[in-house]
Amino acid sequence: MDFRVIADNFFFLMLQGLIGFGSFAGGTLRLALPAIGLGFVLGTLIGLARLARSRWMSVPAKIYVEFFRGVPLVMVIFWFWFIIPALLGRSLPEYFVALTAFVIFEAAYLAEIVRAGIQSVPQGQVEAATATGLARGPMMRYVILPQALRNMIPALVTQFIVLLKDTSLASIIGYVDLTKAAQIVNNREIRPFEIYLFIAVVYWSCSYAMSRYASHIENRLATK
Amino acid sequence: MNYQFAWSVLWSGQTGTWLLQGVLVTLEISALGWLVAVVLGILSGALRTAPIAPLRWLAAAYVEFFRNVPLLVWMFFWYFSMPPLLPNALQDWLLDHSAEFWAGVCALGVYHGARFSEVIRAGIRSIPKTQFEAAVSTGLTVFQAYRLIIVPIALRLIVPPATNETLNLLKNSSVALTISVAELTFQTRQIETYTAKAFEALAAGTLIYLALCLAIAAVMSQVERRVAIPGMIARGRQSGEF
Repeated sequence: MDFRVIADNFFFLMLQGLIGFGSFAGGTLRLALPAIGLGFVLGTLIGLARLARSRWMSVPAKIYVEFFRGVPLVMVIFWFWFIIPALLGRSLPEYFVALTAFVIFEAAYLAEIVRAGIQSVPQGQVEAATATGLARGPMMRYVILPQALRNMIPALVTQFIVLLKDTSLASIIGYVDLTKAAQIVNNREIRPFEIYLFIAVVYWSCSYAMSRYASHIENRLATK
Repeated sequence: MNYQFAWSVLWSGQTGTWLLQGVLVTLEISALGWLVAVVLGILSGALRTAPIAPLRWLAAAYVEFFRNVPLLVWMFFWYFSMPPLLPNALQDWLLDHSAEFWAGVCALGVYHGARFSEVIRAGIRSIPKTQFEAAVSTGLTVFQAYRLIIVPIALRLIVPPATNETLNLLKNSSVALTISVAELTFQTRQIETYTAKAFEALAAGTLIYLALCLAIAAVMSQVERRVAIPGMIARGRQSGEF
C-alpha cells in the first residue's frame, strides 16, 4: 500500500481526468454537465410528448422511452460510435459521440421522471388554470411545470448522479475521463489498488456533493 | 451513406455460435451477480432498519459508498486491484478459472446489492410498525421477527421495483466487456471486428437485449400477480430512482 502514487499523479487525475484541462480532450465534468443540461431539455420535451393528446406524439415518445430503457448504455455508445461516421461521412471527436449518446440515452429516463412529476400535480390545478382563461401552453409553463419540477427534484438528482457515474463508460471509446486517466496512470505505475480506490472516492465525493446540494434546494423550495 | 447490408453474416460461419455463447455468458454472469446482489441487498436492507444503531451505520456506509461509484470503476477494482491481495493459491486458481468472470460477478453483485438494499429498505418501511411489534410480542426474537415476518412480507411487496433493478443488472452486465468477459456486447463487437458489418452486429445485440428484458418483465409480472398481498403496495419511488 503506497499512496504516494496518488500524490505524484494528483494533478493529472484531477485536472485532466475530472475537469478536462490538459493535453487530451477529456474530463468527466466537461462531459457530465452539458449532458445533464441537454438531457434534461430533451427529456422534458419527450416527457411532454408522452402526455400529449395527439397519438402521433405520445406513441413515438413511448416507443423512444421503452426502447432506450431496454438497451444497455454500452450498446448505445457503440451504436453512435458507428452510426455518426456512417451518416456524416467523417468521424467526430469522442467527446461529441459520447455527449450525443448520453443525451439521447438519459433523456429516456428523464422523460419518465418528468412525466411522473407532471402527473403528480393535482387535476384541480389544471381546472383552476383553465378557469382563469389560460391557454394550454402558458398553463404548462406558469402553473404545471413549476409545481411538477419541485416534486421531481429527488428523482431528477438521483438520475443526474446516475448520469455522472455513467460518463465513466465514455472511456471505452477512448475519451479521457477520470476512469481513463486512472487507467493511463495505472499502466505506468502498476498500483491498481491505490489508484482505483482513489477515483472511487473522487466519484463518491462528486455524487455526495450533488445529493447534498439537492437536499439544500429541496429545503429552500419547501419553505416557500 | 453507401453501406452494404449483409444480414447473412449473423448466421454464416462462426458468428451464430458467438452470439449464442454471448447470450449464455450474459445470462450466467447476470444470474450469479443477481444472487450475490439479492443476498447482500436483503442483509443490508434489513440491517438499515434494525433497532441497533452501529449495524444501521455499517449498512448505510456500504450502500452509500458502493452505490455512488460507477460500476466500471468497481469492475476494474475487482479485476485489477483485488487479485494481488489474495493468497497465492487462490490467485493461481483464479487465473485458470476465468478471473474476469468472477471479478464481473463480484462487481455486479456488490454494486447492485447496494441498490437492491434501497429497494428492500423501502419495502420494509412500508410495512406498518405494528407488524413488528405484534411479532415480538408473540415471543419471537428480533432476528426471528425479521426472518419469519418482516422480510417475507417485504419481498412480496417489492416485486415491481425489484424487477426494474433486475433489468438494470442484466443491462449493466454489458459493462463486463471492459474486463474482457465474453458476454453479449463483447461478442457483438467481435462479430463487428471480424465481418466489418457493424450495423447488423449491433442490431442483433440490441434486439437480443430487448427480448431478454421483455421476457424477464413478462415472467416477473406473473410472479407479481401470484405473490401480491391485497391492499398493500410498497411506497413506490418514481422510475429511474432505484
